[in-house]
Amino acid sequence: MAENHVTNEKINNLTPDDFRPISQDEKNAEIIQRESLSAWRDAWERLRENKLAMSGLVVLIVLILMAIVGPMISKYDYFTNYLDKTNLPPSGEHWFGTDDLGRDMFARTWMGARISLTVGFAAALSDLIIGVLYGGIMGYVGGRTDNIMNKFSEILYSIPYLLVCILLLVVMEPSLFTIIVALSITGWINMAWIVRGQIMGLKNQEYVLASRSMGAGARRILLRHLIPNSLSPIIVTLTLTVPSAIFAEAFLSFLGLGVQVPVASWGSMISDALNSWTIYPWRMLFPAIFISLTMLSFNLLGDGLRDALDPKMKK
Amino acid sequence: MTKRKSLLLILSLIVVLGTVLAGCGNSSKNESSTGTEQTGSGAETAVKKGGTFKMNLHAEPPTLDPALAQDNISGTVLNALYAGLADLDADGKPQPAAAESWDVSEDGKKITFHLRKDGKWSNGDPVTAHDFEYAWKHVLDPKAQPAAPYAYQLFYLKNAENYNAGKGDAASVGVKATDDYTLEVELANPTPYFISLTSFYTFLPVHKSAQTNPKWAADANTIISNGAFKMTAWQHNGSIELAKNENYFAQDKVNFDKVNLAMIDSSATELSMYQTNQLDYSGGPTGEIPSDQIPTLQKSMPDEFKIQPYASIYYYVFNNKAEPFDNAKIRKAFAMSIDRKQIVEKVTLGGQVPAYGFVTPGVMGENKQFREEHSDTELLSENVDEAKKLLAEGMAEKGYTKLPTITLIHNQGDGHKKVAQAITDMWKQNLGVDVKIESQEWGVFLKNRTNGNYQIARSGWGADYSDPMTFLDMWVTKAGNNDSFFSNAEYDKLINEAKATNDQKVRMDNFAKAEKILMGDNQAVLPIYYYTNVRLVKQNVKDVYIDFSGNVHFNNAYFTK
Amino acid sequence: MARYLFSKFFYMLVSIFVLATVTFLLMKAIPGDPFMSEKAVPPEVQAKLMAQYGLDKPVMEQYGIYLNNIIHGNFGVSMKMQNQEVSKVVAESFKYSLRLGLVSIVVSVIIGVGLGMIAALKHRKLMDNVAMVLAVIGISVPSFVLASFMQYLLGVKWMVLPVAGLDGPLTYIMPVLAMSALSIAFIARLTRSSMLEVLSADYIKTARAKGLKNISILFKHVIRNGIIPVVTYLGPLTANVLTGSIVIEQIFGISGLGKIFVYVITNRDYPMIMGITLFYGIILMVARFLTDLSYGLIDPRIKLNAGKEG
Repeated sequence: MAENHVTNEKINNLTPDDFRPISQDEKNAEIIQRESLSAWRDAWERLRENKLAMSGLVVLIVLILMAIVGPMISKYDYFTNYLDKTNLPPSGEHWFGTDDLGRDMFARTWMGARISLTVGFAAALSDLIIGVLYGGIMGYVGGRTDNIMNKFSEILYSIPYLLVCILLLVVMEPSLFTIIVALSITGWINMAWIVRGQIMGLKNQEYVLASRSMGAGARRILLRHLIPNSLSPIIVTLTLTVPSAIFAEAFLSFLGLGVQVPVASWGSMISDALNSWTIYPWRMLFPAIFISLTMLSFNLLGDGLRDALDPKMKK
Repeated sequence: MTKRKSLLLILSLIVVLGTVLAGCGNSSKNESSTGTEQTGSGAETAVKKGGTFKMNLHAEPPTLDPALAQDNISGTVLNALYAGLADLDADGKPQPAAAESWDVSEDGKKITFHLRKDGKWSNGDPVTAHDFEYAWKHVLDPKAQPAAPYAYQLFYLKNAENYNAGKGDAASVGVKATDDYTLEVELANPTPYFISLTSFYTFLPVHKSAQTNPKWAADANTIISNGAFKMTAWQHNGSIELAKNENYFAQDKVNFDKVNLAMIDSSATELSMYQTNQLDYSGGPTGEIPSDQIPTLQKSMPDEFKIQPYASIYYYVFNNKAEPFDNAKIRKAFAMSIDRKQIVEKVTLGGQVPAYGFVTPGVMGENKQFREEHSDTELLSENVDEAKKLLAEGMAEKGYTKLPTITLIHNQGDGHKKVAQAITDMWKQNLGVDVKIESQEWGVFLKNRTNGNYQIARSGWGADYSDPMTFLDMWVTKAGNNDSFFSNAEYDKLINEAKATNDQKVRMDNFAKAEKILMGDNQAVLPIYYYTNVRLVKQNVKDVYIDFSGNVHFNNAYFTK
Repeated sequence: MARYLFSKFFYMLVSIFVLATVTFLLMKAIPGDPFMSEKAVPPEVQAKLMAQYGLDKPVMEQYGIYLNNIIHGNFGVSMKMQNQEVSKVVAESFKYSLRLGLVSIVVSVIIGVGLGMIAALKHRKLMDNVAMVLAVIGISVPSFVLASFMQYLLGVKWMVLPVAGLDGPLTYIMPVLAMSALSIAFIARLTRSSMLEVLSADYIKTARAKGLKNISILFKHVIRNGIIPVVTYLGPLTANVLTGSIVIEQIFGISGLGKIFVYVITNRDYPMIMGITLFYGIILMVARFLTDLSYGLIDPRIKLNAGKEG
C-alpha cells in the first residue's frame, strides 16, 4: 500500500527528465536473477537447508542401498542352514550373529530390508493415492455423497480383516504382491478419514471461497488448495503408515499370509525372535534397530517436508 | 535418542548378565526323567496338605461335557473333575478307580465292572452303574444334540456303531447296569485294551441332572463331578478354579485345596509367570515352553526342568496319489535323506526321539513295549547315497528328467516353520531338490490336507490307548484320517485280522508286518520324531506325572512346603 | 437436528445390514468349518453336526435364518465353545477390552495433546525436541517389542509389576503403556503440527494484535482449532482400542475381545464371528458419528446439515 502511494505521487509530478533509455545494467537488473522456481523446486531448496530432514533422507538412502547390495556383500546367503552354528552372537565371521537355524543374520537382515521397505513404500503409495483422493472427495463434496462414501469406508473398515486375508490367501498365491494387496485393501481408510476431516474444516475458508467465486472448478480447488493445505496431517499420517504397514506384514506372516520362508522380513524376524530375546537379543535387536531407524528417518524427513512444502513457513 | 542408548545399554547388560548366569549353572546333565521317577517315592518328603496348584491351560476348554470333548485342554480339566472306571498310572497300566475290580470273560468279549460302593458325586449323590450306562448311551445316541464327535471311541461296544448310525435301539447296545454297582459290557470284538480305554474322557460318567439340563456343562454351578476336584468358578476365556471334592472316594489322597487353571496363550508370558511364581507348572501338554529357551532353562533350572517322551509322533504325510510322490522310491529317497538326529538336537531342542517307524515308544506290545519287541531302525535308515540312487531310479520309473515343483504345506506355527525349513534345506543339500514351503491358516490347511490338495503336509498323531492299533488302523484304505491315500490290500487284511482276535501274539505279529508294509516297503509317510513332554515343575511340587499318552495327572500331587 | 439424527441413524442401519451381509458371505467363502480337528471327525458325525447347526442348508437360507434371529434379538450360541451364548461371551470379554481401552484413550489423549502443545508453544526449543524425540520413539518401537521389554524388565527381572492379567491397578500399567505408546506419539505429532499451523494463522496474529492475553488466545483459538485433526483420529482410535489389541492381549494374557476374535475366526465359529463383527461395526459407527458431531462443536464453520451446500 505504501508503495502505491509513492507511485501515485510520482505520476502526478512527471517531467521529461524522468524519461531516458535504461542502461544495460539497469536492464539486467530487471531480469529476475533467481530462476523462477516451481513450488517443488522451491520446497527442495528449503528442504536442503534442513539438516535433520536431510540426515533422515541420507539414512533412508543408505538403508535402501544396503537392501540392494547387503545380501550380495555378505559371505553367506540368507537361506542355507548351518545347524552346528545356531544362535551365535555377532562376531567377525557373522557380523550380526546367526539365527536359530544357523543362518547369517547380516544377509537375512538386508534381505528383510528389501521386503519390509517394499511393503512400507507400497502401503504409503496406496495411502497417498487412494486415501487422499477418497478423503478429499468425501470432505469437499459433502452431503449425500459424503454420507455414502463415508459409510462405504466404515463398512470396509469393519469387515474382519482376518477373514479378508484368509480368503485372499485361498484365492491368490502367497507372494509379496498378495501382501501388498492385503495391506492396501483397508490401509488407506484412516488416511481418508483424516483428510476428510481436514478438508471439511478448510473448504469454507475465505481463500477457497475466493477461488470458487473466481470460477475455479472442484478439481482445481481440491488439488490446488485443499489438499496442499492439508499436507501436514497427510504427511504425519503417512509417516505412520510406513511403520504400521511393516508391522502389519509381520502380523500377516504370523497368519501364514506374510512372506514365505526362507525369505524373511524385519517384522517376521522380530516375531521369530520375540520368544527368546532375553537369551539371544541380537536376533531381535538388529531388525528392531533398523525398523526404528527407518521410522526415525521417515519422521525427520516428513517433518522437514511438511515445513518445506508449507507456504506459510516461508521466511 | 538418549533413551534408545540407555535401552541398548540395559540390553547389553542383560546379555552379559545372562551369559554369566548361564555359566554359573554347573551341572548340565540331561534330566531325561521317566514318569516313574516322581511317583511312589513320596515318603521321603513331607506331604503338605493344602495349597493352590497353578498351571496354564493355554486356552478356553471348548467343552467340559465328557461326551463332547475331543482335545487335551478339555481332557486335562475333565481328568481332574471326573473319575472313570479305571485310571492310568504313570506306566499306562489301568488301575481301579470308580470300579474297584473287573472280570473279563474267556473270549474277551464280556467285561463285568464292579463299582465301589462309596463313590459319590460332588453333591453327595452316589455314583452308580446307571450313570455310566446313561453317559455311554448318550454319547452314542443318534439324536444327541450336538452329536458326539468322538462317538466312535465307543464303537467297541456291541451294536454301538449301528445304534449311533440310527439303525438299532439303545437297549441292544452292549452296556448294561445290572444293579447299582455292576456294569456289564459286551464288546463287538475282543479288545485287550478296553480296560485302559475306560480312563479316556469319552467314557466318563455324567450326573443324572444332565438329562434335564442340556446346558449343564457351560457353567461352574451346574457341573457335578465325581473325581478328585469339583468346579468352583469358570470365568470363560479367563481362568478356571477347582476345589478339592470332599465327596471323592479317595479324597484322603488329594492334597491340593485348590487348582487354578489360567488361559495364557503366549508361551513367553507363560514362562515369565512361572519364573515369577504365578504358575507352579509350565509346559506340556496344554502349555508350552519356547523351544529356543530350552537349552538355557535346562542348564539354569536342572531340578525343575523335565523331559519325557510320550506316545505321539510328528511326521510328514506324502500324498500317495499325487506327483511325484505316487512313486515309492521317490518317497523313500525323501525319507532317507534327512538327518533326524540333527533335527531333534539342533532344531526342536526338546529331547525328542528320532522316528523311523510309525508306532511310538510307550505303546504296549505282547509283553514289553511294542517298540522294544519290534525295533523301528529296520524300517528306515538314513543314507544319502542310497537316497540319491533311489531318487534316480524313481525318476526313471516315472519318466522324469526333472522333478515337478514340490510344495510342503504346514499350519502356521513357529515350531512347524522351523522344522520345515531345516528339512527342506537337507533335501536341497542332500538330493539337490528344491522344495517350496507354504504356511497355511489352520482351517485352510486342514481342508487341503483331508482333500488331498497337497504333495507333502505336516501331521501329528497321538495315542488314544496303549496299543499299536491306535497308530495303524488309520492307514487302512479310505479310513477317515488316512490323508496319504495309501491303500494296500495286504495291509488292510492284517489290520482286520488283528481286530478280530484276542491273541496278543497274532495281533502283534500282524502289526509288525503291517508297519513294515506301511513304512519299510511303501514309505507312505515320512516319520520325523516321537514327541516329548517338556515341562518345568517347581521343586516343592511332587507327584505330578505325565502318562504314556502325554496327559498330565496332578490329582494326587502335593506341595512339600 | 432431529432430522439429521434420524438420517444418520438410518444410514447406520443400512451400513450394519451391508456389513452383516458381506461378512456372512465372506465367512462362508473361506474353507473350513467349526468341527474340524487334527483327528478328523468321522464323515457321518460331521454331516450330523452340520445338519444340527443348520450348516447344510444353502448359504442364502442360512443367512435369512440368521437375520431373522438377529431381528428377534437372538445372536445365537457359539459352535465351538459349547453352549455359550454369543452375547454373553462378547459382553464378558468386552468388559476387559473396555476397561483397558478407556484407560488407554484417556492416557493417550492427555499425554499426547499435552506433549504436542508443549512442543508447538516452544517451537524449535529444547522442549519441542524432547517432546518430539519421545514421540518418535513411541512410533519407532513396535508395540509388541515394547510390551515384551517391559514384561521382562519390570515383571521378571525387577519384579515390580505383575507379569500378566488385568485384575488390579498395577496390572494396568504395562498393557496401557504398550497400547498407548503409538497413539500418544501420533496425537502429539498431530497436535503439534496442527497447532503450529494455527499459531501462524492470521486470526491469531489479529487476536494478539488486539491485545488478547496469550492464555485466552490459547484456549479460545489455538487449542480449539488445533485439535480438530486429533478429534478426527479419536474415532478410529476408540474403535481400535475398544475392540482390543490382539498382540497386547496375548502378551499380557488378557481375555479381551481381540484375543477371542482371532480364536473364533481360526475355529470358524460362525455365530461368534458374526456377533463380534456386528458389535465391532456398531462401536466403530457410533464412534465415527460422535466424531462428526464433535467437528461441529469444535469448529462452527462445519455444518452438520446433511443437505448439499457446496
